[in-house]
Order: sequence, then structure tokens, then C-alpha cells
Amino acid sequence: MAAVQTSRQRLANRLAIAAVIVVTLIFLAPIYWIGSTAFKPRALATTVPPTVLFQPEITPFIKLFTKRVQLTRPVEEEVYEAAPWWERRIYDGGERVLRVGDSVQLSGYPDRFKNSLIVAVTSTLLAVSMGTLTAYGFSRFRVPGEQDWLFFILSTRMLPPVVVAIPMFLMYRAVGMTDTHIGLIILYTAFNLSFSVWLMKGFIDEIPKEYEEAALVDGYTRMQAFFKIVLPEATTGIAATAVFCFITAWNEYAFALMLTNRDAQTAPPFIPAQVGSGLTDWTAIAAGTFLFLLPVAIFTFLLRNHLLRGMSFGAIRK
Amino acid sequence: MTTAALDRLDPQARAAARGWSDIKIRNMFIIPTILFLIVFNIFPLLYSLGYSFTDFRASVNAPASFIGLENYRRLLSDPNIWRNFTVTAKYVIVSVGGQMIVGFGVALLLNRAFPFKGFVTTLLLLPMMMSMAVVGLFWKLLYDPSWGIINYALGLGRFDWLSNPDMALYAVAITDIWMWSPFVMLLSLAGLSAVPKHLYEAAAIDRASSWYTFTRITLPLVSPLLLIALIFRTMEAFKSFDLPFIMSGQPTTEVIAIRLYKMAFQEWQTGLSCALAYIMLIVVIAITNVYIKYLNRVKER
Repeated sequence: MAAVQTSRQRLANRLAIAAVIVVTLIFLAPIYWIGSTAFKPRALATTVPPTVLFQPEITPFIKLFTKRVQLTRPVEEEVYEAAPWWERRIYDGGERVLRVGDSVQLSGYPDRFKNSLIVAVTSTLLAVSMGTLTAYGFSRFRVPGEQDWLFFILSTRMLPPVVVAIPMFLMYRAVGMTDTHIGLIILYTAFNLSFSVWLMKGFIDEIPKEYEEAALVDGYTRMQAFFKIVLPEATTGIAATAVFCFITAWNEYAFALMLTNRDAQTAPPFIPAQVGSGLTDWTAIAAGTFLFLLPVAIFTFLLRNHLLRGMSFGAIRK
Repeated sequence: MTTAALDRLDPQARAAARGWSDIKIRNMFIIPTILFLIVFNIFPLLYSLGYSFTDFRASVNAPASFIGLENYRRLLSDPNIWRNFTVTAKYVIVSVGGQMIVGFGVALLLNRAFPFKGFVTTLLLLPMMMSMAVVGLFWKLLYDPSWGIINYALGLGRFDWLSNPDMALYAVAITDIWMWSPFVMLLSLAGLSAVPKHLYEAAAIDRASSWYTFTRITLPLVSPLLLIALIFRTMEAFKSFDLPFIMSGQPTTEVIAIRLYKMAFQEWQTGLSCALAYIMLIVVIAITNVYIKYLNRVKER
């Protein structure tokens, strides 16, 4: 079939590519809508018909990070003139930034983003380091009942979060660990650990055993061989696994909803809670969503060659 | 042992004689992980198994009293719970069915050479990497009857999606299809690219119809991966919580995970909810078993 294509086949090929373009645009439309709403003036967020082209502005991001109230009467000119540029944008929208003394009151977002980062980064570090060691153990040594243990490890990943959250809530409450970072970190580590063991086992299985054996002959101990030969060889795998674990923890909603409410609350349960009555300011919510989704989008492109492997728990390589 | 004696041993044994033994390292590497999972996954489950035989309520300070299988009897004879299971089944069938069709269809389209193929494929995979809670929230804006872009794009006027009891489940399922078709697409593409080219060439020489080529060559060779996608998505859809919970408060979208959440964290019927959790768990474990069996089968190929 190689170079010779009938005109019918060529036509079919062109139609398919046209269809790919249409499908891609449909799939990306919701993402474009989130991104564009994050840069819209508030009045254009919910227009009929929808506003597609507009002058982008940064105001939604200023709103995202500040606490505001509606102005009851227009602001005095000298106050407006004395305000910094970003505060004028808020006045322009008919609102005033709240202050305590001289300092601007921040909204709930910065703390929630910080919590998301703390919980996702710590649980990723734990899950990946423990997972790499365990994967090496299963990959290189004879383990009695190896298949059963691996099955057990993977099956913990499949547990529905709500099912695990009920007893965890009771246990955390008994020891005062509800609404703490450490409580979420433990759960996310457990959740990602099984994934990290399976994925890392695939990566380590691919490193030839001969590398370590040569090192052992040269006088390395097993531990030295692991740290100096295996770990450097596994760097790509470790990085891919870490990114997957981070995204899972970053996106997680159910555990965070049930086990945190204020101090340790992460962004996923917080952002939807900002939607209230008909007066919801979608531009600020879109700005929060945009910042929240951005790292995941970047990571997806970095991971593109490992997505298949990650989504199939390391079972499908290529 | 003398150096001469050491030299005669194999490298592993020599390394063991110098540092920690392999057995010790193996145990140090594996046991903490197993213990961690037992303490934070299996032990809580045993804890809630105990509560599932009691009338415990976490909101009151009264001690739990043992009531045997009463909770299970109550749940299994409660028509409302069966309604939740029916809703869940409907959701699984609609959303997983849609994902299989859309995902495999798009993969067939993508399975050819065209400019920026890698970039376009990655763009299409974006939805499945995103947070269901946050994405679900935004789809509410897209579905809005008065200013949502979906009604505008489809010319549906003020059609009600999420607050319409008959439509809500399908609306949530459409969002789920949008998010997870890329997963089916990813696995299908892997299957399609693994079909040996010479099979198609042979079929072309034999002047086989494209339908024949599709059903006799493409489908059989891709089906193991499609099956994996089907089982995995079925399991995930059965556990669904985030999307229906965020997007709709309708009773017609109250899947079993939402019922369980309300029972445990809003009505505080802790004992009863532990029993329901176990009923749910049994279904999940059954699907997991099938899934891992097929995963291993594909791995061996």
C-alpha cells in the first residue's frame, strides 16, 4: 500500500484529518472557556450570546487574591487617585478592597493553594521514595508470594475514597488529626504508593541486572550498587512517577472534602464552595481554576511519552 | 573467610559478605510499604467492618450496640438504596459506553500520519489529567440555561440540563465522556499502532473490503486493550463521586457513592454507612479482580 494511494483513499484521509481538527476544537472548547473567562471583564462573563473576543484584563486575578465588598456610593476622587493601579481596577468594577489597618485582606485562595502544594509535594516525595525501594525489592529479589503481594498493593489503589474516608475520619477524630496536613498526606501517600510501586517496578525491570552485577564484582556493596547504578538509571522513571503522583494528589477532591474544612483544606473542595447564588463572580472563579489547572497542563506535555504507561499502571510499555 | 575464598563465590554472595545481606535489604525495602498499606488501608476497613454490625452514630456520644446483620438486611430491603444502584448502573452504562465509542472513534481518526500529530494527541489527552471537581464546576457554567455556551452552540434556547431531573444524569455523563474518552483513545491508539502493517497490506492485495479489514484485523487485535479500558472505566464510573456531587443535587443523579457520603457525613448513620460501604466494596473488589487478571494477561504478551 506504501506510496500508491488511490484517489478514494486520499479523500478518506483528508476527511479524517478534517474530522480530527473538528474533534480537537470541540474537546478544547471547555478548556478555552475556562482560560478566557479568567481574563474577562465581569460584565462579559455571562452574556447572551457568549463573548468570544474581548480585550483581556488581569482584574479577575486581583479579585482572586483579595477580599472585597460592593461599593454603596462612588469612591471619592482623591482616594481613587491615591490607590495603586490594581486597586483602581477593583474600584472600576464597583467594589472596594477590604483592609485591616494598612494591610490588604487576602481571600481564602492563597492559603488553599499553599495547602494543596504542601500536601501534594510531601505525599509525592513519600510515595515515590517508598515506591522506588519497594519496586526494586520486587524486581531484583525472590519474594515469596510475589504475585499475591503485588496484587494486594494494586488493589488498595482501587478502594473507593468514600469507603476509606469513613473509618479514617473516625480514627483521625479520635487522635485529633482531622483537618491537618499530615492526615491528608498519609491518605494521599497510601493512595499513590501502590501506583508508584507498580510503575517503578516496570521501569526498574528494564534496567539490565548486569549493570549491578558488574558493580558488585568491582567491589560495590548491594546498597552502593542500588544508589550509584540503579537510581541514576531510573531517573526518568522516577520523574514520570513523581509527576503522576503529584497530579493525582493535586486533583484529589473526595478525601479533602470529607477530612478537612478550614486549616488544611486544599483547592479542589474550596473552589466549588465559592459558587453561591446568581451573583457569583465567575471571572474570579475562572482565574482560580486557571491557576489550578495550569501546572497540570504543563506537566501533561512534559509527561506525554509516559502517559500510556502511567495510566495503565506500567502494564503497557511502548 | 579469606579473600581467596571470597573470590570463588558469586558476586551476590560477595557483596552480601561485605554489606547487608540481600534478604535484609529486600525486607527493608518492601516491608515498610506493606505495613503502611495495611495500617492505613486494611486496618481502617477492619475497623469499619466492626462498626457495620452496630447501630453506632458518630454524632452522638452513646456507645455502639451490636445488632448483627440488621444493617445489611435494612439496606438490601430498602428500595431507595436499590434506586441508587439503578442510577449508578445507568450512569456507568451511559458514560462508559459513550467513552468507548468516542474514544475508539477518535483513535481511528488519529491513526494516520498528519502534521503535529504528537501535539494534537497530547492536547486531546488534557481533559483526563484535570481535577474532576474543578472541571465539573466549570461545566455547570457551560450548561447554564440562560448564558451557557452549550445551549448557544447547539441552538437549544433555554434548555434545562442540570436542574432537569430527566436530563441531569445524561448531562453529568456527557462531562464524564469528555473527561475520559481520551483514556480510551490512548489505549486504543496503542493497540492500533501495534497491528502489524503487513496484515493490512495483505488484505489490500486480496482486495478485502474496508469493513472486512476492520472487523477481521483491526478489532480482534485491539480488543484486549479495549477490554482493559472498558473494565477500568467501569470500575471508576461505579465509584464516581466528584462529578455528580459537584454538578447536580438531583435525586436522579444520586449515585451510590453520594448516598454513602450523605449517610456517613450528613445523616451520621455511621454503622449503617459502614455496611453500605462493604456492599460497595464487594462489587469493587469483584471488578478489580477481573481487571488485574486482564492486565496481567496483556502484560505477558
